[in-house]
Formats: sequence, C-alpha cells, structure tokens
Amino acid sequence: MGAQLEIQLIAAVVAIACAIPGVFLVLRKMSLISDAISHSILPGIVLGFLITHDLNSPWLILLATITGVITVVLVEAIQKTGLVKEDTAIGLVFPALFSIGVILIAKNANDVHLDVDAVLLGELAFAPFDRLLVAGTDIGPKSLWVMGSILLVTIGLLFAFFKELKVSTFDAGLSSVLGFSPVVMHYGLMSISSVTVVGAFDAVGAVLVVALMIAPAATAYLLTSDLKKMLMLSVIFGVTAAVAGYWMAHLLDASISGSMTTMLGLVFLMVYLFAPNKGIIAVMYRQRQQRTEVSLLTFLLHLNNHTEESERHINHLNEHINWQKVRSRTVLELAQKNNMITISNSIVTLTKKGKEFTDLALEYIVTNKDEKIEPMKDDFFLFRG
Amino acid sequence: MEITEYFTLVFTDYTLRTITLGTAILGAICGMLGSFAVLRKQSLLGDAISHAALPGIALAFLITGTKDTNLLLIGALISGLIGTFWIRGMITKTHLKSDTALGLILSLFFGFGMLLLSFIQKQPNANQAGLDKYLFGQAATLVQKDVTLMAIVTGICLVVILLFWKEFKMLLFDADYTKTLGFNTRFIDVLITFFIVLAIVLGLQTVGVVLMSAMLLAPAAAARQWTNKLSVMLVLAALFGAFSGVFGTAISASQNNLSTGPVIVLVAAVFVLVSFIFSPERGILFKQIRFWKNRRDLQLQKTLQFMFDIVRDHPDISHPHAIKILNNFQGYTKNTLKKMEEKNWVQVKGMKWSLTQEGYHAAENLYKQ
Repeated sequence: MGAQLEIQLIAAVVAIACAIPGVFLVLRKMSLISDAISHSILPGIVLGFLITHDLNSPWLILLATITGVITVVLVEAIQKTGLVKEDTAIGLVFPALFSIGVILIAKNANDVHLDVDAVLLGELAFAPFDRLLVAGTDIGPKSLWVMGSILLVTIGLLFAFFKELKVSTFDAGLSSVLGFSPVVMHYGLMSISSVTVVGAFDAVGAVLVVALMIAPAATAYLLTSDLKKMLMLSVIFGVTAAVAGYWMAHLLDASISGSMTTMLGLVFLMVYLFAPNKGIIAVMYRQRQQRTEVSLLTFLLHLNNHTEESERHINHLNEHINWQKVRSRTVLELAQKNNMITISNSIVTLTKKGKEFTDLALEYIVTNKDEKIEPMKDDFFLFRG
Repeated sequence: MEITEYFTLVFTDYTLRTITLGTAILGAICGMLGSFAVLRKQSLLGDAISHAALPGIALAFLITGTKDTNLLLIGALISGLIGTFWIRGMITKTHLKSDTALGLILSLFFGFGMLLLSFIQKQPNANQAGLDKYLFGQAATLVQKDVTLMAIVTGICLVVILLFWKEFKMLLFDADYTKTLGFNTRFIDVLITFFIVLAIVLGLQTVGVVLMSAMLLAPAAAARQWTNKLSVMLVLAALFGAFSGVFGTAISASQNNLSTGPVIVLVAAVFVLVSFIFSPERGILFKQIRFWKNRRDLQLQKTLQFMFDIVRDHPDISHPHAIKILNNFQGYTKNTLKKMEEKNWVQVKGMKWSLTQEGYHAAENLYKQ
C-alpha cells in the first residue's frame, strides 16, 4: 500500500470515528465539550510522555482520556456551585489546563519532541512512517491500527446501545423511567469522545478534531431530522472532506488537516446556503413568503371590515396599512391571482372566495387555532406569496 | 532574570515598561468587556471569535505581503466580525444551537487559518517568519506603537461604555423591557459585540488566538464573585485583568522559552480560584461555614424544643430534670448543652438541667413562627 493511500485511509478512519460521537454531541447541545476536551487533554499527553518517553504508548491514551473525563467532571462541578454559568465554566477550565500543558512542554523542551504547532495541527503526512511491527513483519501504520480499533469499539458500542443513546439524547426523563440511566450514557459518551479525541489528536491536532466532530454532524443536521440518516450522512461528509482535503493539500503543498477542515467548511457552507428545507436561502424565501401572506391576510381582513368605498380605495391602502408601494403591489397582485379580490375603478372588492377565506381565517384567529391557517392556505391558494 | 529584578527594571528599562503597560491595558479592557460577555452568557463567543480571527491575519499577510501589526489586526477584525455575524445568522435562521454554531465557526475558521499559514510557510518569500506568534502570543514583540493603539481603543471603549451605560445595563438584565421602552436593542447589541471583537483582536499579539477567550472570561468571572453591582464588577474585572497581565508577563519574561499567553491565563485562573473559594458572599468556603452554622443553630433549636415539650406541662418550668433523659434524643451532645447555657436558655447543675424563663420564651417563640 502506498503512503498516499495510507494517509487517505487514516484520514477517512479518523473522520468516521469523530463523526459518530459528534452527532450525539451536537444533538445533546454539548458540541463545545469536544472543544474543551481536545484542549485539556494536552497536560495528560505531556505527562504521559514525560513518564513513558514514547509518543505511541497506550499509557498516553489512558492518561489523556482520564484528563478528558476530569475536564467534564470539573466543568460540571464548577457549574454545580452556581457561581458561574455552564459556558463560563467550560471557558475557564480548558484554557487553564491547556496552559499547563503548553508550559510543561516549554519547560521540558529538551526532552519532549512535542511541538506546540503539532499539538494544534497534528501531522498526518508523517503518520505512515510510524509502522506497527508484529513479530518482525510490517502490518501497516500504527495510527491506522489505533484509530481503527477506536472506530471498531465506537461502532460496536453504537450498535449495542443505539436505542439507549437515542432515548437518553432526546428524552432524558423517559430514559431514566425506562431504567437506562442518562448519567451512565452521558459519561459513556464523554469517555468515548475523550478516547476518540486522543486518538485523532496525533493525526489532526487539537482544534481540528473539533471540526471533524461537529462539522459533519451539523451539516447532516441541516439535511435531515432522522437519527440514522444523520449518522450516515455525517460519516459520508466526514470521509468526503477527508479525502478531498488530502488532495487539496497535495495540490497546494499545505497542511493536510488544515485542508480537511477547509473542505468541511466548504461542504457546510454549501449545505448551509442550499439545504432544501433548513438552508438559509430556503428559510429566507419561506420567511418572505410568509410575510407576504400575513400581509395579504391583514389586507383581506381590512376589506372585510369596511364596506365604505373610501376605505377600499387603492391609494388609501398605502397609508392605512402603512406599507411601502412595492409591498402593496405584491400583495394586491397575489390577491388578484388567487381570485380573492376584484378591482374596478380603483376600488377593491372581496370576491366570494375571498370572503370565504377571510371568514374562515377570522374564525381560526378568534378561536386561537392559528396553526390551522397554514393548511388552509393550501386549499385556497393557487399561487403562494 | 528574577521576578524581583523584573519589577525593579520596569521603571528604568524602556522595553519592559512598554510591555508591562501594554499587557496591563490589555488586561483592563478585556476584563471590562469580558464582564458583558459573561453576564450575557456569551462566554464562549470570545473563544470562537479569537479563533475566527486567524484566517484574517493570514489573508492580510498574503494580500499585502507586509507584517505591519495594524494591517494584520484589521484583517483579524474583519474575519472576527464575519465569524460573529455568521454565528448569529446560524442561531437565528437555522435550528442549529449556539454551542454548535460556536464550535463550527471556531474550528472551521481556525482550520482555514492553519491551511493559509502552512501555505504561507511554503512560499519563497522569507518574510513570513513570526506569524505563528499569534497562536500563543508573545508580549515581548509589543512596541510603543501597539501600546498607543491599545490605549486609544481602550479610551474610546471607556467613553462608549460611559455614554451608553444605561442602555448596556438594561439590555444586559432585561432585553425585552429595553425593547418595549423603544431603545434600538439591535444597535446596542451590535455595539457591545463589536467592542468585544475589538478587544479580542487587540489581545491576539499578546495572548494569542488559542487562549484569548480565557483572558476575556477569567477576570470577569472572578470579579462577579465579589459584587452584585455592575459598575463595581467592571472596575474589579479591569483590575484583575491588569494584574494578571502584568504578573503573567513578569513571570514569562523571567523564564526562558515561555509564551506569555499561557502564563497570563494561569495567573488569571489563580484569581478565579481564590475568588471562588474566598469571596465572602458567594465563595465556597464561607458558604460552607454558613451552612455548618445554620445546621448547628437548628440542632440547638431542636434540643430546646425537646426540652420545652418535657417541661411544658410542669407547674414549675425551671424544675430540674436529669440529663439522662436527653440521651435518647439525637440532637443532644455535651456541646449543645454548653452552648445553650451560654445563651442562658438552660442552667446545668451537676447531672441535672433546668429551663430558664428566657429559654422557655425562646421555645415558645419557635412554635409561634
């Protein structure tokens, strides 16, 4: 297997391993915990390295994971004192721990071959050079095996506890009633996230782990509300960005992890703009449509209230309802297209259909059934706003 | 260099004076604006903004090719603002929650910045060295010009805070009410956010992208523990910030090979820790002491009540009873009895106790409450 292929394979495995816990973090509104963990494991890694003098020792992973869980516990403890809010607690804990790590590196600069840049960025390009030898034979890059095992454990746990995770994510109360403790699920998820962050740390660095965890999940969340689909989509986005990022880095001769993140960013931007229902363009279009339709309803109600011609004169509408010219024309045209009004001699009159629509809407409004207006529009409107 | 030596040199050495003044001003402005961030529950916004500023620095360098601090900081300001408004857009227009939006902007912008930095490093132009000081900050690179800029921005910021004091305060504690009074909440909101971004950008050179958020948060979180008044909190936060800036710089300057950022953050963290434990009103220590005291008082009252129940039907309330009968009552210890004697509720003679008139009334009052 060539080095190029191996790097892409490692990148893809890291992306999948990060995407799966990422989905749950995003859904549980705990995305920033991944940021906190990825920073605060640094002292654990440095301490582990100072003890073992081996960057690939399993002790490192263990110590770092423990530091990650300690971070979570510390954040929760500070929060429980009620002295500061949760976000402040997170914001206080991880910079302090990270600072300790950076200072430890600086103070032991001669012994530690850990570079602060590498901590933030990782170096995927060197990953294939660190081989795993079993009985003298080369069976592939070490980080591929490490991340591969983490991924297998994650997938195993995901299948084993899918139902429990789902329930505890969406309804913690129900979950404890049914007998799966949300606390156990919470700390389980936190431990898996810590392990994944530690494993991925080597390859992509502290900050970019956060991107690999959150971005695919957030992108998928804009496209679907189904947990299984969301998991699938985020895995696909993660892998795509990983491979595309590798080739972009190859092209620009720049950092691989930086390019992977940039690719994730581009994918997110595209989905953010163009997602069919929840994308920004769709949302803005819908908001505009709704605004016009609400204006239309107000306008029809006004007509319904006034029989005198002076109130129904086209020029009067501008001042009375205080709309801009363009706005009133849009509303007027929409009403005409939908056969709600007729205009003769600049006097606007409700048609039979318009009257029917207005009466029904009015009834829903006075009986507090506003939610029924939306489906009613489907029955009456030929053209939407 | 020893720390004491540092402080004696501050007044004579030009470079040291500049650096110390710079970090002090920076700490002060960060503390002030950080108070708003903490109270608005936007603590982590600072983290996202500071990371989001990185690509701005790299792009400004790529476009202009110079390392002029002001130009780079303008780039940082622009990309920080873009990040901030994108976060807002995401929270208001989509169903992504604020934590996801913050995490996304933070990591994606930072990753893009790192890509640009690594791209710049491969360029033949030898001018690129030193851009990575923006990652962890190096106060030693501060020059007179930077400090002047900081002082000017801090001055403007102070004037704006004083001018809009009432509006800021109201928006902070009751946004809906402010809106109903007819204030342009959107404008006030943008104004505060803009200054927070500005403060962060100013701090990048000294503290660095990665740890800037703590510089914003820690002094404010510490100050919050000592007061419930916004004005006092702002002043305290500014002081804490300035002190952590100065001490942090002093420590990092007196050691080899230490970036300023992490040291300043740790000093600020010490301030927070001390405040959490020792602040008289909210601190953990005094809260615990108050808790113990309350429990002791309750125990005394429980014992008194028990005694009262015994003597209530007696013709003579001060008739002595054996201490033994208190033994099967849990709240009773030798100490409680002694305390009650001090309060003049009971009299102990030998192995007997008797309720005093005063104790009887105290017990009666307990029932009345």
